[in-house]
Amino acid sequence: MLSTLSKKMLMCLTGLFLAFFLLIHFLGNLQLFLPQEQAHLQFNAYSHFLAGNILIKIISYVLYASIILHALDGLVITLKNKRAGAVYKSDHRGRASKWYSRNMGILGTIILIFLVIHFQNFWYVYKFGAPPLDERGNKDLYVLVIEVFQQWWYVLIYVLSMVALCYHLVHGIHSAIRTLGLYHPKFVKWFKIVGIGYSVIISMGFAMMPIYIFFTIK
Amino acid sequence: MDLHLKIWRQKDRNAAGKLETYTLTDLNPHMSFLEMLDTLNEQLITHGEEPVEFDHDCREGICGQCGMMINGIAHGPLKHTTTCQLHLRSFKDKDTITIEPFRSAAFQVKKDLKVDRSAFDRIISSGGFVSINTGQAPDATVIPISHELAESAFDSAACIGCGACVATCKNGSAALFTAAKITHMALLPQGKEERNQRVLSMVKQMDKESFGHCSNTEACEVECPQGISVLNIARMNFEYNKALFFNKK
Amino acid sequence: MILNSKIPEGPLDEKWTRYKKTAKLVNPANRKKLDVIVIGTGLAGSSIAASLGEMGYQVKSFCFQDSPRRAHSVAAQGGVNAAKNYKNDGDSVYRMFVDTLKGGDFRAREANVYRMAECSLNLIDQAVAQGVPFGREYGGYLNNRSFGGVQVSRTFYARGQTGQQLLLGAYQALMRQVGKGTVELFARHEMLDIVVIDGKTRGVIVRNLDTGEIERHAAHTVILATGGYGKIYYLSTLAMGCNGSAIWRAHKKGALMASPSWIQIHPTSLPQSGDYQSKLTLMSESLRNDGRIWVPLKQDESREPNAIPEEERDYYLERRYPAFGNLAPRDISSRAAKERIDAGFGIGPLKNAVYLDFAKAIREQGKQKIQEKYGNLFDMYEKITGYDAYKEPMMISPSAHFSMGGLWVDYELMTSLPGLFALGEANFADHGANRLGANSLLQASVDGYFIAPYTIANYLANEIHTGKISTDHIEFDRAEEQVRKQIEMFLNIKGSKTVDYFHKTLGKLLYDYCGLARNEKGLRYAIGEIKKLKQEFFKEVIVSGGANTLNTELEKAGRVADYFEIGELMCYDALTRNESCGAHFREEYQTADGEALRNDAEYQFISAWSWKGENEEPELIREPLTFEEIQPTVRSYK
Repeated sequence: MLSTLSKKMLMCLTGLFLAFFLLIHFLGNLQLFLPQEQAHLQFNAYSHFLAGNILIKIISYVLYASIILHALDGLVITLKNKRAGAVYKSDHRGRASKWYSRNMGILGTIILIFLVIHFQNFWYVYKFGAPPLDERGNKDLYVLVIEVFQQWWYVLIYVLSMVALCYHLVHGIHSAIRTLGLYHPKFVKWFKIVGIGYSVIISMGFAMMPIYIFFTIK
Repeated sequence: MDLHLKIWRQKDRNAAGKLETYTLTDLNPHMSFLEMLDTLNEQLITHGEEPVEFDHDCREGICGQCGMMINGIAHGPLKHTTTCQLHLRSFKDKDTITIEPFRSAAFQVKKDLKVDRSAFDRIISSGGFVSINTGQAPDATVIPISHELAESAFDSAACIGCGACVATCKNGSAALFTAAKITHMALLPQGKEERNQRVLSMVKQMDKESFGHCSNTEACEVECPQGISVLNIARMNFEYNKALFFNKK
Repeated sequence: MILNSKIPEGPLDEKWTRYKKTAKLVNPANRKKLDVIVIGTGLAGSSIAASLGEMGYQVKSFCFQDSPRRAHSVAAQGGVNAAKNYKNDGDSVYRMFVDTLKGGDFRAREANVYRMAECSLNLIDQAVAQGVPFGREYGGYLNNRSFGGVQVSRTFYARGQTGQQLLLGAYQALMRQVGKGTVELFARHEMLDIVVIDGKTRGVIVRNLDTGEIERHAAHTVILATGGYGKIYYLSTLAMGCNGSAIWRAHKKGALMASPSWIQIHPTSLPQSGDYQSKLTLMSESLRNDGRIWVPLKQDESREPNAIPEEERDYYLERRYPAFGNLAPRDISSRAAKERIDAGFGIGPLKNAVYLDFAKAIREQGKQKIQEKYGNLFDMYEKITGYDAYKEPMMISPSAHFSMGGLWVDYELMTSLPGLFALGEANFADHGANRLGANSLLQASVDGYFIAPYTIANYLANEIHTGKISTDHIEFDRAEEQVRKQIEMFLNIKGSKTVDYFHKTLGKLLYDYCGLARNEKGLRYAIGEIKKLKQEFFKEVIVSGGANTLNTELEKAGRVADYFEIGELMCYDALTRNESCGAHFREEYQTADGEALRNDAEYQFISAWSWKGENEEPELIREPLTFEEIQPTVRSYK
């Protein structure tokens, strides 16, 4: 049985890996902002490259494992916390902390539901479905993306999920650095700023993609 | 001033409790919060009722014995203050105040507002000390300790063990309490020799006592009467990770 | 009855060394056959329990609080004295001995005082090794501050929480032994009687305060480290739970009480603001290092303090005691404050306080420096009163604080009951008629760490053949019966007045007639009134709740019942001492300019009192004091 601190360490390591993956995913997806013609071919080529690479394959399994571990560990921790914590008739404890710090489980669940939708939208179709091919013979993921983001409710779901992700990341990165044991007040301050910047840039950047596509590409 | 009180009454450990309502009139705003409860108790006793049992002793904010949730906030509305240091001037005339015991799975209610915090003693007992017997000490100035280091060790050592951190934590976590002692000891050269063993045993004992995980919401620091920094928790994590990594066993 | 203080032969500075050389020892294998009971977990109790546990004795440690860490040693603010002479300002063990003896107005034993000063050196080493974060200089060496009644800086401190840090050190040492199984901890247990078998102390009867269960515990020796009884005045700087019941019940079983009327009234506590008040918070004496004490020159002054110009202020301590000024010893400062307040110069809404002003210090040293030194005290002041002491002077007044009196003990800290030891504030030993600041933490610690471990071993060496002591002895039956009867009785009175009512009434009576100043007429009056009040108590008190449950009122009733008797004895003690010394100021015995007038020819002795039974006058036994090293002089701080 892992100690409470080790369980948090598992959250921290899987979480940081996922946060790092987001950066790579984000950088790759920036290609969607290229001029449409170029974006179309380049994005599909990039996807094809990723799908065929053995290294990427290994990383993708680590990724799936991380998501599952992060969610399960989170569940275990939350259940224990619910048992350990108190219920008060009159409760204003919230004044002392941020709402998103207290509700990481809920934010995480939203993100998990989003992931299911997101996987179903692209990953499933790309892997197991029969997507069209582009002029170079690559699976045309780009068209799939454009199609999905023509629907306003998908755009809305994606944007809202990115807001949840943002808050989840702001607390998550901060908390992970704590769990790693960074205790120097000066560096803690710097990392806090860097963590917030990272969270906002990544999640807002992701959120811009469906919005950009919805409004610019017909 | 007049106050309406809703106070948690519970006969003993196993009984179900509930909030009872009381009204006090003509209170002096300079009265301390606990003196207000004294006044209530005097009235209850003379009316043949059982007084409200609550923990308190030094009434100057250092013994750590007092502590209650006042309107859902550990030690009441003022920050970095114990319940005994709270005065009625922090409330308004005709206010309704809800008073509940500090709670968590590890702090069982003994009666009314009194809770069992012996888990803290067991955590200290598991390793929160320097293993030195009386008489073994070398001269006090053999090891110089910088002013800053001594002050910073003091900041951690200032914990009064009241349990507000646990009561205010949504997870009922004792991380701040445990971390403060681990940090105090890890900072000083005297405590460095057994730091690995200490952090491992103390964390183990903390987990045994049904406290929850630390989610780093940092509420504990806000409500801590001594303002113990949450960075102590980071330090505990550091010490723990290091001890796990380098542990030879 | 002749009291034998068992002071070792030889020159003063060799007595303790000689004692240690010749004291009997217990071999490690025998130690685990010997049981020790320690009542109280303050500095003295925790340190002796931990030390004996480390040596291998079987220790049981009791405290009424919910954790040993809450004992009232925790509240000591200013510091702990030690003759380390790190400041190179001429300090030495001998100098500290002289200061303490003089500070106590030559009413303590030379040998005890010297030993305390001598052991002070080790204490600082021990505390530092335990991880006590004493204040340090930038170079990393220990810092000192100065305190009342001395002209050197010998006070070690951990901000304004020295007591807390020292206690935590001792508490941690204790909890370490609890973890190892050498000490068994009984928190939330109150001692209600001691058990004496064939003239030796053999155990205690305690009540589990959470369940109401009465328990018996047997041991080869019992150590009382239960602190002082200053809470007898109700309004005091002590914790609400502090009480004199353990030592009083020992007294009724045969241990003598010494100098019970010597209770220190601390000059710098916060004034009373209303009759609902439950305690007076102490502001550390260290504040007098930089604060100046004054009252307005005009009676019934109504201006704000900052509006009163310099020339209309009376810095009465600087005026009366130019050599020590604001750092005059506690008894003198308190009395000087009372003198001004009684003369109508008091300030504050109830005209019961004086100003403690930091304006000059802030001007000269800067706010930041003052904040560094006293920040937490200023914060505390603001929390309690709502005023910012950086902007306007604090209001302070005298308040009951420390009992120099306590159980009579010999040089070995053993009471007149064989096998019963008293440590720390519970005994009377080292402070004479007035305790110097920062000496209480010291005394409690050295008693527990460095003195009692030797003297108790010396006693226990004769107990190795005794074998396990059974709690089935008839004396245990008797004592338990007694305890149960008393509890029943309290619950059955069912009167109409609360325990606190009686406590407050008694406290007021004692403060007025056996407080800062006493006189014969007042003391006789007080004895009569206390008797009446006690009778009323046993007819009229109401104790709600039951015996077999958590019941705070019941706990308080037992303590207040004892306070009546302690209070009465205090008055007898004050009445029979026809002189003024230290905290004991008899108005009949003062000099023309209002200073205390000691009478060494007739009263150079310690008053030890023997219990003669309910409604009997106590018997006074004198232990003469002899001074070989220094001759008593008139104590002057001018």
